[in-house]
Amino acid sequence: MSQHPVAGTQSPFMEAEAVRTIAAHVLSGGRIDRAGAETLYHEASLHTLAHLAHAVRLRRHPEPVVTYVADRNINYSNICVCACRFCAFYRAPGAEGGYVLSREELARKIDETLALGGTQILLQGGHHPDLPLHFYEDMIGWIRATYPAIHIHAFSPPEIVFFAEKEHLTIGEVIERLRAAGLDSIPGGGAEILVDEVRTKVSPNKCSAELWLAVMEEAHYQGLRTTATMMFGHEETHAHRLDHLFAVRDVQDRTGGFTAFIPWTFQPANTAIDRDPEPAPAYLRLLALSRIVLDNIDNIQASWVTMGPHVAQLALFYGANDFGSLMIEENVVAAAGVSFSLSRGEIHKIIRAAGFTPVQRTMDYTPVVPQPVEA
Amino acid sequence: MLDTDHYARLGLGEIRDKVMAGHRLSYDDGLRLFACPDITAIGALAHHVRTRLHGDRTYYVVNRQVNYTNICVNGCLFCAFQRERGQQGAFALTPDEMVARVMDDGGVPFSEVHIVGGCHPDLPLEWFEDVIRRIHAARPSIVVKAFTAVEIAHFAKLAGIDTEEVLRRLKAAGLSQLPGGGAEIFAPDVRQRICPRKIDADAWLRVAGEAHRLGIGTNCTMLFGHLESEADRVDHLCRLRAQQDETGGFTCFIPLPFLTENSLLKLPPERVGQHVGLDRLRTVAVSRLMLDNIAHIKAYWVMMGVKLAQVALHYGANDLDGTIVEEKIGHMAGSDAVQAMTIAQLEDMIRRSGFTPVRRDTHFNPVEEARA
Repeated sequence: MSQHPVAGTQSPFMEAEAVRTIAAHVLSGGRIDRAGAETLYHEASLHTLAHLAHAVRLRRHPEPVVTYVADRNINYSNICVCACRFCAFYRAPGAEGGYVLSREELARKIDETLALGGTQILLQGGHHPDLPLHFYEDMIGWIRATYPAIHIHAFSPPEIVFFAEKEHLTIGEVIERLRAAGLDSIPGGGAEILVDEVRTKVSPNKCSAELWLAVMEEAHYQGLRTTATMMFGHEETHAHRLDHLFAVRDVQDRTGGFTAFIPWTFQPANTAIDRDPEPAPAYLRLLALSRIVLDNIDNIQASWVTMGPHVAQLALFYGANDFGSLMIEENVVAAAGVSFSLSRGEIHKIIRAAGFTPVQRTMDYTPVVPQPVEA
Repeated sequence: MLDTDHYARLGLGEIRDKVMAGHRLSYDDGLRLFACPDITAIGALAHHVRTRLHGDRTYYVVNRQVNYTNICVNGCLFCAFQRERGQQGAFALTPDEMVARVMDDGGVPFSEVHIVGGCHPDLPLEWFEDVIRRIHAARPSIVVKAFTAVEIAHFAKLAGIDTEEVLRRLKAAGLSQLPGGGAEIFAPDVRQRICPRKIDADAWLRVAGEAHRLGIGTNCTMLFGHLESEADRVDHLCRLRAQQDETGGFTCFIPLPFLTENSLLKLPPERVGQHVGLDRLRTVAVSRLMLDNIAHIKAYWVMMGVKLAQVALHYGANDLDGTIVEEKIGHMAGSDAVQAMTIAQLEDMIRRSGFTPVRRDTHFNPVEEARA
């Protein structure tokens, strides 16, 4: 893999003319193009990126607030035919340890979520070879009927594409049927890097970049909000990361349906990709750049699940205005050897120590009423 | 941009000017840096100084630690490592075991052995002289960095001689550097509460100064994030700076975040938790800015955490310590960092954080790639 050499260790007071020109453009509210993004990413110091990203964040969110959602990652199944090389969570069909959650298990998990002040479930699973679309419609319909108040944030684009192919339906038809069953919004997972050259290497059986973006565009046209993610630090180049940001920005220009962008770093333990995790400064560079490039997406999330609480707190000065999720349950990153865990009280403390007020929100970033009582 | 207007708005215009001109910051400047909410503004200044001194070089050392005993008469409240003699978990290595640890390089030829332990109630100075002599004889190419100022003062007390004599005898045996531990926090009221039986600030600084005059370099540390105030931290940095003006022998400063697990020292709840990342970085940055006469600032990954140590390289730190191999003190206090890092891991982490790795010896001279 050819990586652009990592730059940005020079003094922030000695930036090149080109960096200063683009920085001034960003600070005056201008949109940056691909060339500008390349210059910042490859040449600006870490502190200049932080300064610009934080300025963009404060322009969009002048109030000293950091939001978070209280939800639970429920993985309805880990049985998956994709066999992505970066994944430590899946089990091949027939392999030991495969499961599909029963209704009783789902009910218990949702009850616990509500008891902890959670407002939504993030429901995702593997690409199960045998389950028909009816199974998913029934699951969503049952949750909707049993728990009318819970927000169902479910099925990343690769799952939706998989359902469509299996059932010989269009993407639009699958989304319509899931919406009719009670689906509220679509999570931005499975984006990995939205460049097919990379996808064919790390996740050859998962949907193409074009289809991932098409699912999101269709969902937005049908009135569903979605998020977008990016998993980086595996086999992609720096140019591919920029391709990803601009692909997301283009869709957002047309639809405005993404509520948030969530970049996070590949965690290598128990996967088929042998590489040390991306160091924290590289995460912060990309996070800041995403805030600067994605001028049409309201919210950028810090990833404490992969970076830990200390770096996530610092991320609030690199463009992030949201602390992600309280994450009542998380299985996928934990399977890759990383298991940070934070209580609501700890999340509040981290946000307050950074000088912000914590506010619990819903999927569409509306503050929860009433706000939870401080621990 | 991070320009003069930005710093003027933060009330840091004068500090920025001083940093740019290479002028010394005052005690009050230190307090203002701690009070500034804009971590990027502080980090940028610290990074500027770091690049002025070290460019994009990040140092690491191929070393191993040997903690020879956890039996200690001091009983500091913050310590999770200390045991009383006879208490479960108490240990003391024999000289043979210590030499064996130094001989066992696991195929990685390290250049430094870092030896520290508790203040054992009856191991005499001769015991330590003997160990140092044997290690030095067995591996003459290895720098022996051993015994904090606290241990030196303890040896002196047991032997009934002065600390300078202890240093002289250990140097003759092969000691060439003191680690920087035991400084904790100098402010007397806090020091009295967290480590009442340990030597006071003046004694610690006096031993360091004596070592410097004998040609023994020393490191220096600050334990922070317990009961001390920001003013106490700035005071600590100013005392180290004054000592360095006088004797000039401090090689490296190591800010050590207090780890709360397994410690008898109970902190108020607002000081306990995972919300201290920014505080740790800010402390690294202010240290870099205040300590204008100490060349190197270490982000000690064992205590700081690996990810935060990587980030700290952009907030004033230019050293990551090293391979460590086996560490007990931080890990018994709840460090969740791994026990050891390989050279390849350290170098890869430094490169991918943007810097050029430089393998160094104890005195920060570059070391050639070891012959495989």
